Amino acid sequence: MISPRTEAELAEAIASAKGTLCIRGGGTRPIGKPVIGEVLSTQGLSGIDLYEPGALTIVVKAGTPLAEVEAALAKENQRLPFEPMDHRSLLGTKGEPTIGGVAAANVSGPRRIQAGACRDYMLGVRFVDGTGTVVKNGGRVMKNVTGYDLVKLMAGSYGTLGVLSEISLKVLPQTDSQATVMLHNLSDHDAVKAMSAALGSPFEVSAAAHTPDIPGGGAVTMLRLEGFANSVSYRADQLKDVLASFGEISVEADQDKSAMIWKASRDVMGFQKADGDVWRISAKPTDAPDVATKLNASKLFYDWGGGLIWALVPRGNDVRAGLNGFEGHATLIRASEETRNKMAVFQPEPAPVAAISKGLRDRFDPHGILNTGLME
Amino acid sequence: MEMPIPDMAVLSKKARIIERLQEVLPKSAVIHDEIETKAYECDALTAYKCPPLAAVLPSTTEDVAAVLKICHQENVPVVPRGAGTSLAGGALPTADSVILGTARMNQVLETDYDNRFIRVQTGRTNLSVTGAVEEEDFFYAPDPSSQLACAIAGNIAMNSGGAHCLKYGVTTNNLLGVKMVMMDGTIVDIGGAHLDSGGLDLLGVICGSEGQLGVVTEATLRILRKPEGARPVLMGFNDNEVAGACVADIIKAGVLPVAIEFMDRPCIEACEAFAKAGYPMCEALLIVEVEGSDAEIDEQLSVIMDIARKHNPVELREAKDADEAGRIWLGRKSAFGAMGQINDYMCLDGTIPVSSLPYVLKRIGEMSKDYGLDVANVFHAGDGNMHPLILFDANKPGDLELCEKLGADILRLCVEAGGCLTGEHGVGIEKRDLMFDQFSGDDLEAQMAVKDVFDPQWLLNPAKVFPLVASQSRRMQQVAAE
Repeated sequence: MISPRTEAELAEAIASAKGTLCIRGGGTRPIGKPVIGEVLSTQGLSGIDLYEPGALTIVVKAGTPLAEVEAALAKENQRLPFEPMDHRSLLGTKGEPTIGGVAAANVSGPRRIQAGACRDYMLGVRFVDGTGTVVKNGGRVMKNVTGYDLVKLMAGSYGTLGVLSEISLKVLPQTDSQATVMLHNLSDHDAVKAMSAALGSPFEVSAAAHTPDIPGGGAVTMLRLEGFANSVSYRADQLKDVLASFGEISVEADQDKSAMIWKASRDVMGFQKADGDVWRISAKPTDAPDVATKLNASKLFYDWGGGLIWALVPRGNDVRAGLNGFEGHATLIRASEETRNKMAVFQPEPAPVAAISKGLRDRFDPHGILNTGLME
Repeated sequence: MEMPIPDMAVLSKKARIIERLQEVLPKSAVIHDEIETKAYECDALTAYKCPPLAAVLPSTTEDVAAVLKICHQENVPVVPRGAGTSLAGGALPTADSVILGTARMNQVLETDYDNRFIRVQTGRTNLSVTGAVEEEDFFYAPDPSSQLACAIAGNIAMNSGGAHCLKYGVTTNNLLGVKMVMMDGTIVDIGGAHLDSGGLDLLGVICGSEGQLGVVTEATLRILRKPEGARPVLMGFNDNEVAGACVADIIKAGVLPVAIEFMDRPCIEACEAFAKAGYPMCEALLIVEVEGSDAEIDEQLSVIMDIARKHNPVELREAKDADEAGRIWLGRKSAFGAMGQINDYMCLDGTIPVSSLPYVLKRIGEMSKDYGLDVANVFHAGDGNMHPLILFDANKPGDLELCEKLGADILRLCVEAGGCLTGEHGVGIEKRDLMFDQFSGDDLEAQMAVKDVFDPQWLLNPAKVFPLVASQSRRMQQVAAE
């Protein structure tokens, strides 16, 4: 394993690599085609370089444990607004997730529907490309259109275009209070309708998810409100009016219980111990229930107002076969190495788009050594 | 600003190029005579002008594809143009280029309130996107000052912002998908009504690429439900530094205003003389706006006003109703008009970390004295996006050049303070030659590599964004190819 301690060492390691490299942060998210190569760990690149709470910005080295970043933010009553998912329970992995891993996989959670994705909060990056060249892009200010936005390109590129060494992020204040408004036993179609109505209201719903089968039977549709306590209870009342036609409504106002609901949603805890492959599908919310029926899934969970479908399906099946021409993308998140080697893990792109992606990889990693083939 | 020498080979075959364009577009959509092409000789950076070889106004994505295919075959540079409101010269043509205007592509293609998006042709103006969904109480969030005139095409090219970014983000955070035509005429769909990318985030790099990667003809945009209400509070301080500290304290307190606007004394004086909004005469003025129901607004404003009081404001005025809110915004919204009445001005848009605000304002004051040109500051303080307005006299020989030099120095100051050259206007030609002040050769090389992939011949808007010397060899290959 190569474990550089500085950006210069990282650049040197890549420039002098003899073969393919397997780029790793905390190693908690083994998503993608299995990669062959010597492990290059970013964990030696660790530490918060700059944190200005009054400017809502933090600059961290890529290998910094996510927990360290979150603890520093919590001290100032701030947070990462995109609520990154912790994949450890779903994927059965151990180790410390790093901020670089979060960025490289563009990991977001339930608040993505309101606040935006990880990529929306990435203000700047430093990275080393496949030739060992250090590149910086963006910066540490919220508004920046100086040159091309390679920050977005690096977000979700899974280390295939370059190895992140430093990331600047926009952060936001922590909210004082939260509550979860719940609807019961709705069909998937009605649940999406209810979530659309809530998200289309002026009451700033910060998460909307639906579980078709909770332990003990029945379905529950959950809507989160966050903010000052008075405002949360006012908006919960307003939402009850908006959703009156959908039947029985209850409100979980206990802070810890509401927080637990969303931690479980964020980490798809319902799938944790269940056997089967796990697929993650991004679709237009109102299409989602119909898309879901074509997955042959034994278990479903909808987040992002229906726009994100988590599906547990029998091992070794490519769900895309039944989804002809749907608008969106399907990614195989959990499966054996054999299955991941057998089928496309990421959504295959139409030819002209695939050509652009390949062109970019060839330019940023001309020797094809960075997580080679991972995003196929 | 220097522009490349026009390609004689292209100029000499003008007749053939026009003829071929007329074969694929209606006659009225191909503009090529000397008088009419003058309408396309510049954008809102009017100091630089050059009529194009021709201007075309396609109505559909297929028309755009046909035009680009011809230009690709004939090796003709293409300069995409939205509404021509760029302050950075993003749509400035060269004599050998074809202007591709999106003005006739202004249709709403789909509105979907359940999934909260609208799909439009990109020639549509920013404000009319909101106009199309207002009936249902929805809006499109990015609100650049030019929103009445500017087109979505240009908003995407420049990744435009506005006054309300602190809460709602800029164009890239509100753009879900595009239909785009590549320089060789290939049509691609990237993103859509769903969220995030299934592969590399190409949408993210297309947004803000200043029309250099492709011509975006359709956009899927996120729309949001309007808040129940909004109300501003006005506060005056006798010290810039104190106003800056107040901004930081408000942000730290956990309230997230939708806008925090800052004006300095020269700007307050000019606005007051022009709009008579009843502003106090002081060193710094903040307008802070919050959203929600009446009760929610009251609660947030009380937190904000408590913080303001700790900083000894000379004025603290809460809008009690729509009329008072209007008066608070009146001066700020007429700032540019007020400046224009006194003088010619150049508007910069560097961004700085909010923490360096007092230092940067002090340095701008000193530089203004050194150059003998007045500078007024009005800007989005919540996100550090400065808008220094340098006042000069266009009729006085040498004044424009002096103003440009001061502007460049101020932008270098922004970079030195940890910020960037441009927060929302784009690089265009205006800041092109300052790029080496912010980026290394390797940084720029990585960006140009992206253009190599999307537009290998460097025919799309080629003389923008990158210093001419840096892009020289790439731009010259199109000439060599002939």
